[in-house]
Amino acid sequence: MIATLTPAATTLPVRRRATREGRGVRWLLTTVAVLFLLGFLVLPLIAVFVEALRAGWGTYVAAIFEPDALAAIRLTLLVAAIAVPVNLVFGLCASWAIAKFDFPGKSVLITLIDLPFSVSPVISGLVWVLLFGTSGLLGPFLAPLGIKIVFAVPGIVLATIFVTFPFIARELIPLMAEQGREAEEAAVSLGASGWQTFRLVTLPNVKWGLLYGVLLCNARAMGEFGAVSVVSGHIRGLTNTMPLHIEILYNEYQSAAAFAVASLLALLGLVTLVIKTLLEWRYGAELAATRRH
Amino acid sequence: MTITVKGVAKEFGGFRAVDDLDLIIHEGELVALLGPSGSGKTTLLRIIAGLEFPDRGQVLFNGDDATARAVGERAVGFVFQHYALFRHMTVFENVAFGLRVKPRAQRPSRPEITRRVHELLRLVQLEGMAQRYPTQLSGGQRQRVALARALAIEPRVLLLDEPFGALDAQVRKDLRRWLRRLHQEMGLTSVFVTHDQEEALELADRVVVMNKGRIEQIGAPAEIYDRPANPFVYEFLGQVNRVPYRGEGNTARVLGRSFALEGTAGDGIAYVRPEEIEISREPRPDSVPALVRHVTALGPVIRIDLDLEGSDPVEVSLPPARWRDLCVTKGDAVHLRPANVRIFPAA
Repeated sequence: MIATLTPAATTLPVRRRATREGRGVRWLLTTVAVLFLLGFLVLPLIAVFVEALRAGWGTYVAAIFEPDALAAIRLTLLVAAIAVPVNLVFGLCASWAIAKFDFPGKSVLITLIDLPFSVSPVISGLVWVLLFGTSGLLGPFLAPLGIKIVFAVPGIVLATIFVTFPFIARELIPLMAEQGREAEEAAVSLGASGWQTFRLVTLPNVKWGLLYGVLLCNARAMGEFGAVSVVSGHIRGLTNTMPLHIEILYNEYQSAAAFAVASLLALLGLVTLVIKTLLEWRYGAELAATRRH
Repeated sequence: MTITVKGVAKEFGGFRAVDDLDLIIHEGELVALLGPSGSGKTTLLRIIAGLEFPDRGQVLFNGDDATARAVGERAVGFVFQHYALFRHMTVFENVAFGLRVKPRAQRPSRPEITRRVHELLRLVQLEGMAQRYPTQLSGGQRQRVALARALAIEPRVLLLDEPFGALDAQVRKDLRRWLRRLHQEMGLTSVFVTHDQEEALELADRVVVMNKGRIEQIGAPAEIYDRPANPFVYEFLGQVNRVPYRGEGNTARVLGRSFALEGTAGDGIAYVRPEEIEISREPRPDSVPALVRHVTALGPVIRIDLDLEGSDPVEVSLPPARWRDLCVTKGDAVHLRPANVRIFPAA
């Protein structure tokens, strides 16, 4: 029995628009939009791939399978694999608390969630140096224990988490607030426990918003440059992520290699977009039924 | 299940939603909480359900203190104003929810759940709709899914928050009758919140009229309508003419007729229902002259607006047959005589 994919009866009637612009205006607006997209999005993207392949496939493959590049790719994936789940849990907790409960300090929490968006990435990196660096607040206590945070992988992970934590929470808070508490109250009145309510009612209602949040968060976690640059220390093969590796290659005039790694990073971003589009297409009917995006 | 509410009070940020309120709802009763918005009726219902906890006071179920019990432990069926259906679940899954979330030891088997859900869907006349999503249903159908879902856990108490508020007139009427029958057949104790006096009078065994977090009057529909306890209830239920009077010794003159003042002498306000004013062509003892301003035919009743000299306009309603006998139209001079008034001396 296919229960979940019944198309929703929400087809809107085709109707004539009251606001009919002249042919010229429409043509002009469409052209401006397309040209803008071409000039600012598609052209640079093509340039990346063209530059990457300019010296031929051999150089391209060599640049990517070079040990330092492989290390950078591994580190980037590792950081994203830690930062995204952490922010997923944090984003869910924060938005659940903010949208469903009233508590003192709620507005402060909402403001704090936006903090990473409003401060420069350099500062987002610097705070960790100030906290955990050798002359920082906590650094002197950790050093004797052999725990190294700044200029090491933990620092990069912390900086990435800091920079990317608003993405999921920001996506979920308005969604959960709009949905209100009634469905949860109904579940609880029917005898569901808190965990059952969350798993069976809250989560399915926000799963699309959550997915978008995760995709955005992931894209940013892989691509973050500023904050990571401050805490990384740029140790080749150890603390270089893909964006840092690309910059180093570029500064050393190895532009073909730089663009090769850049194209891979761009590709990871494109894959994210493709997954999102595929999911939208696959579950379009269900999406329409649950009225969101 | 007898529900006792004892001295319950609840504040929201300084606003007293429910103010030291006592109420007993007897086993098998169908009770309406009636009042204007902000009167605390929904808060009281949510306190009984366990969705809201009182600042003071107790809620007893069959004499046991249930105040600290969570909503899930009270075994009450709650129907929300906007239904609160799970929109990512089919009608079947919505109704089955309360059975599926039971602890393993108490959970019915899969075939048993299927059987019970279909039985409930038959009860609410939605048998063919099991695989639909809530967005594919009409308002009345959603309301019945919400009811079936609440009934699935076999509650002894059914609580409904403005159950017919969002429905159109005809659907509302059908659902009212149907709910009444359901309540009787299942032997439930039911409480519903409404701001619609007609709904409360038609459906309930007893009506609790609320205002500003307090109970103004409790009684059977006929009692509430015929003998309102105070001006608020008078004005909230049905149409009424407010006629200020001047006390003259121990009597008050209302629309030409004298009524004895019991207790307090002095000025005040008299309340006269439109159907309790007699209208005639010829003057009679104790009648006052009036001028017909407007006649409105509302089907089963004819409403006549009249102007009086030295007094506010008055509304009278008549059965159509009586109106045809009288044959009054706009601009006619007639005479009025109140058959029955309620006098509330000025405080």
